[in-house]
Amino acid sequence: MIEILKQPWPWYVGGALIGLTVPVLLLMGNKTFGVSSSLRHICAACVPAGIPFFSYDWRKEIWNLFFVAGVLIGAFLTVHFLSDPDPIALADSTRTYLESQGITDTTQLLPSEIFSWEQVFTVRGLIFFVLGGFLVGFGTRYAGGCTSGHAIMGLSNLQWPSLVATVSFMVGGIIMTWLILPYLLTL
Amino acid sequence: MKDDNNMEVPVTDSDLEKRLQDAVCVNESHLQHPWWYNLKYLLWGVVFGMVFVKAEIISWFRIQEMFRFESFHMYGVIGTAVVVGVISVQLIKRFKARTIYGETVVIHPKEFNKGQIYGGLTFGLGWAITGACPGPLFAQMGAGFGVVLITFFSAVAGTWFYGLLREKLPH
Repeated sequence: MIEILKQPWPWYVGGALIGLTVPVLLLMGNKTFGVSSSLRHICAACVPAGIPFFSYDWRKEIWNLFFVAGVLIGAFLTVHFLSDPDPIALADSTRTYLESQGITDTTQLLPSEIFSWEQVFTVRGLIFFVLGGFLVGFGTRYAGGCTSGHAIMGLSNLQWPSLVATVSFMVGGIIMTWLILPYLLTL
Repeated sequence: MKDDNNMEVPVTDSDLEKRLQDAVCVNESHLQHPWWYNLKYLLWGVVFGMVFVKAEIISWFRIQEMFRFESFHMYGVIGTAVVVGVISVQLIKRFKARTIYGETVVIHPKEFNKGQIYGGLTFGLGWAITGACPGPLFAQMGAGFGVVLITFFSAVAGTWFYGLLREKLPH
């Protein structure tokens, strides 16, 4: 059993468990699935600064912070007890492209050429972590949700605004990947 | 405000109204529970974090593959999740399912505003370089990538600046 769990899980297993999160949270206590809201609750709890958008009782949404704490713990436990020693089966075309751009270490979940402490005070670090993180936090809240809140929860409830948001996520990602990232990787 | 069946849902609580702004999850419960009732969400979060790692959703490389259309993996994950989600939500509505505490399940509809386009594009740009949406950010930190703490704090800062500028932005 443990040996099976240690293998990479196929997309339909991962997808089904993520989809099941929608009814699980609804039936546990009427919670609608969404992760980016946790960032807002952290702002409301730590630095509300009198901003109306953060002036609400974040304790009423504390379940969301418990959920994301669980995600962190779950990932920790998995890499320590259920990890698979082999690198991911990346598509050859993606691997070839990234190698041509100087990203050769594909053994970990994140490329060590970008996501390492040595990069923190470089232009690359500034763009990939600081600007990247900022765009994620700003964009998800502006859009009213992220991949979980719109692409999974919203589409599950057949909400067309969530479809608009999901298409926008994809368009933004495609623009970055094809038009901007090639320049960023030369930095 | 109307729910999916076009029934009026009274929003009397101004705090709830505030939390509904640009939000996707608001607590509908009027039950008062001790804090440890929240541990069940933590537990499902643990399962979710495991899925993120084992199905390689938190991999920066998988996100690259997806945006380069070179692998079916992420489309398979998201597609399956949506199919399971749609069926689940339909069943919950059909059978008027109740929560484990006996409350009726209520799902607020999402109202369209232009933020879903502008914000969506902004998030997409960030998603492709960080390789993470907000959920995977937590999982990447848990998986031992300490440097993602910086991405995470920047994401909190991004959310905070959105809150600050919200009234001035087109919606």
